[in-house]
Amino acid sequence: MGASLFYFFIFPGLLFAGITGAFLSWYDRKITARVQFRKGPPLLQPFYDFFKLLLVKETILPKHGSPLIFVLAPVFSVFGATMAGVFILLPLFNITTGFRGDLLVIFYLLTIPSFSYITGALASGNPLAAVGASREMKLILSYELTFLLLVAAIIMKCGQQFDLNSIIKTQQAGTSFIGSISGVLLFIVGIFCIQAKLALVPFDMPEAEAEITEGIFIEYSGAAYAMIKLAKYIMLFILPSFLIALLLGGFRLDGIHILWSLLKLLGVVLLLTLIRNTNPRLKIKQAVRFFLIWMNLLAVIAIVLIAFGY
Amino acid sequence: MGFKSYCFKKSLWVFHFGGASCNNCDIEILDCLTPRYDLERFGILLVGSIRHADVLLVNGSINRRDKDRLLEIYKQAPRPILVVAIGACGCTGGIFAEGITFAGPVDKIIPVDAYIPGCPPKPEAIIAGIVKLVQKT
Repeated sequence: MGASLFYFFIFPGLLFAGITGAFLSWYDRKITARVQFRKGPPLLQPFYDFFKLLLVKETILPKHGSPLIFVLAPVFSVFGATMAGVFILLPLFNITTGFRGDLLVIFYLLTIPSFSYITGALASGNPLAAVGASREMKLILSYELTFLLLVAAIIMKCGQQFDLNSIIKTQQAGTSFIGSISGVLLFIVGIFCIQAKLALVPFDMPEAEAEITEGIFIEYSGAAYAMIKLAKYIMLFILPSFLIALLLGGFRLDGIHILWSLLKLLGVVLLLTLIRNTNPRLKIKQAVRFFLIWMNLLAVIAIVLIAFGY
Repeated sequence: MGFKSYCFKKSLWVFHFGGASCNNCDIEILDCLTPRYDLERFGILLVGSIRHADVLLVNGSINRRDKDRLLEIYKQAPRPILVVAIGACGCTGGIFAEGITFAGPVDKIIPVDAYIPGCPPKPEAIIAGIVKLVQKT
């Protein structure tokens, strides 16, 4: 019991993932600033933002809507992100627990933040939030099948093993999965899925800032918005980690390998940031077509290649 | 200086309300966020929703129709909120001060924390105003 609580709240869970995610968020903003020839925010900027929202600002509840669900939704999103984070990070840091966490649990937990954003937005009673929620729903419908195909391909590739531990072990014993043609295809698919899951720029229609003024988060202020920020920080850490666990051979925590693990993480986040900075926002129709046709096609090609042993 | 006010100062999120403006002040405000001036160094971001804002920038002459909108926006903002009036029109009314549709400078409608005069104020002047605002709180 005590160990589980420790895992959830302190080490791979809330505190650790939150802090690492906040630094990654700073890294993302700094890279964005450097791409635009700006100087960028200071290192502790995400913490200032979070504590300002949490401690200083007032939380406004909607009058026409459901205040209870409106307030609970960010808490659920933090819970979902942390839970998924624990199940992803425990195998990555090579901690064995009794739970043989398999990929499908992680797959379902990773959708909880998006669903709670939708419920929170619909509970706020704002028309722009409803537009954002509808777009987020369509986005989930489009990328989720692709993400499932990615997971299925990985399971096929390492010989019908469902838990993350043995996937990482298989890769560390041999080569990483990205060292094959199917692995490269799956990496491309995975990067775009993560981009859509994090709602970064080509796929940021749910919170389009200039168009529907932050969409699903438009009514959130104060501590509730701080919770959403925290969930976003955690997601920014665990989704790249998940991709690293699936395709890039996971983290290794001995000697020089620590540096390698860190570079893998920073590299994946750098890739996401560069995609975000060099693309315009798509329409929701284009995003659905992009995932349902092209990304699914890539994933299916990868699965066929895996079946033939490439 | 407490931890709370330090965090607040370090991360001011700005919401921009343009009244009946001639667009010069709007352009100068956007200039502050461009690579040359880069206000994100100090944690200042332009946000899309008033619910996320800490600073309400008001520019342009406020006419009778704008007045209701400005009051509504001000009531919707989560407290604490700082209000900055930018440009001659925002501070005093400028050349519109005696017009029939003019509904008073910003400080007759909502309390103002900082005034940045100029027609339009240079980005340096806007940054200086923000610095004074930060020192005041």
